[in-house]
Amino acid sequence: MSTASQAAGRRAFRPTRLLTYALLLVIAVFYLLPIYVMAVTALKSFIDVSHTTPWQFPSAPSLEAFGNAFSTLAPSFYNSVLLVVPATILSALLGSLNGYVLSKWRFRGADLVFTLLLFGMFIPYQSILLPLVLVLQKIQLYGGIPGLILTHVVYGIPITTLIFRNYYAAVPTELIEAARIDGASVLGVYRRILLPISMPGFVVVLIWQFTSIWNEFLFAVTLTLPDQWPITVALNGLAGSLLAHYEIQMAGALLTALPPLVIYVVLGRYFIRGLLAGALKG
Amino acid sequence: MAVASTGAAARERPTRGRSLGSFSWDRATPFLLIAPSIILIALFVYGFIGYTAFVSTTKWYGIVPDYTSAGLTQYTDLFGLPRFQADIQNTIQFTVLFLAGCILLGFGAAVLLDQHVRGTILFQNIFLFPLAIAFVVTGTVWRWILNPNFGINLLLEQLHLNFLESPWLADTRTALYGLVIAAVWQMSGFCMAMFLAGLRAIPDELREAARVDGASEGRIFLRLILPLMRPITLSAVIILGHISLKIFDLVVVMTFGGPGYATDMPSLYMWVAVFRQNLYGRGAAIAIVLLLMVALLIVPYLIWSLRQETER
Repeated sequence: MSTASQAAGRRAFRPTRLLTYALLLVIAVFYLLPIYVMAVTALKSFIDVSHTTPWQFPSAPSLEAFGNAFSTLAPSFYNSVLLVVPATILSALLGSLNGYVLSKWRFRGADLVFTLLLFGMFIPYQSILLPLVLVLQKIQLYGGIPGLILTHVVYGIPITTLIFRNYYAAVPTELIEAARIDGASVLGVYRRILLPISMPGFVVVLIWQFTSIWNEFLFAVTLTLPDQWPITVALNGLAGSLLAHYEIQMAGALLTALPPLVIYVVLGRYFIRGLLAGALKG
Repeated sequence: MAVASTGAAARERPTRGRSLGSFSWDRATPFLLIAPSIILIALFVYGFIGYTAFVSTTKWYGIVPDYTSAGLTQYTDLFGLPRFQADIQNTIQFTVLFLAGCILLGFGAAVLLDQHVRGTILFQNIFLFPLAIAFVVTGTVWRWILNPNFGINLLLEQLHLNFLESPWLADTRTALYGLVIAAVWQMSGFCMAMFLAGLRAIPDELREAARVDGASEGRIFLRLILPLMRPITLSAVIILGHISLKIFDLVVVMTFGGPGYATDMPSLYMWVAVFRQNLYGRGAAIAIVLLLMVALLIVPYLIWSLRQETER
């Protein structure tokens, strides 16, 4: 590593170095521009959101827009929390058990089962949406958060199973065999050997599911009624009801983005691992 | 519970052991653990797809189910509809531009970051954070930025870059490009992460050897590094390609398919057909077409990834 960077240092002459930084800065500006817009606009008051100076700092920064956005979005923020917490925990537990079985108890046809399971992760959900609505209506779970929790747990099975299967594949089989010889049951092996070392796997899966479910829109907009809307649907609704109030829309967008962003800032490493797992590159 | 010595044997041939001996809870446990998930996926994925496929062959229109067979007329009708023809054209155009944007920007950023620059981690985080944000948030912000009257156009004017001004989302000819920009902003970091991992996996000795052989930096890049990026590019095309075919949230928030059908997509039309127009048969047919497009991309990739894994 150090020799590599030394070599790079010797090779590089000033102009290309400068160009590299200049290009990186330009790209960084592109990525940060929307954040700047959100922050600057959200800190303005309604009168300050003028059509001539939208890119400038607020003349008198105010939290009025945040207050308005929060009072409008608070119920759906709460709905999202009620949705995300149980759905994330349940799908992580299911994924962990499935990953354990598919990596350590490979029955005949296990690979086929795994492939069929994985396909469920890539399907466009439009292809299951109509029967899903009908079934949820039939079992009285349509319109509210519990039905949405069930939906996210079910369609979260493929990705959580994939991440845990790849994670447990690294655990030596000898460890399991030794425990079996000591008389541990199948569940005993899981509880005493795999569960205690599962923490990093759980962190990846919990973060991934938390972020995906929090950000999800298609299921949310189809399966819930207005008083049960999660925050993404409510944010989309703001654009209709508060068309001219860009400051409230931007404050609402920031509020919606906040929980996943906090997680990204604190635990970004694990987030990226979940991301790459989706490309089957466990 | 199981007798101690049977553990390893049970692991190797559990099915045979089961058929020979009496029923054992321990041996059944793995199946019992995974059974709920298998049943749920069988029902919620494959059963539901089957039902949707069935509905796509019926005349069902209106709230009350009507299972009168329509053969394949839903499909033939669909491909004759100007709206659906626009959808197919839009989804292909969007996918090509989106992939090109993500790959070029992602690869460019990865190459720059691989130059051992200061602040690599900071730049990396700046390029990746949009992936953590909801499409609905991205759409809300970019709808504002791409507003022709006081969004990016005003900024371009102030920077004397008037030639870059455009009506963006307000015009049928440019609206799709607006969607592409927002989608690239959101997803290109994914490409960057994949390419950066690939670039860092190239051993320095390989480049050194090429240099010793007298290859110029340009030649090393073209002949050594680019070919090594091919499998990563393929993965990126497939993963981002299937996301692109399914794009829904961003379209709903930014344009809802408009102006006209300029940014309408099969994913959105299916939703509108079923949940707004009660055209159940038609919506189901759109859903199946969408599924087939995604499957065409994903199934070979799934088989290829798993085969690679067993070879390892």
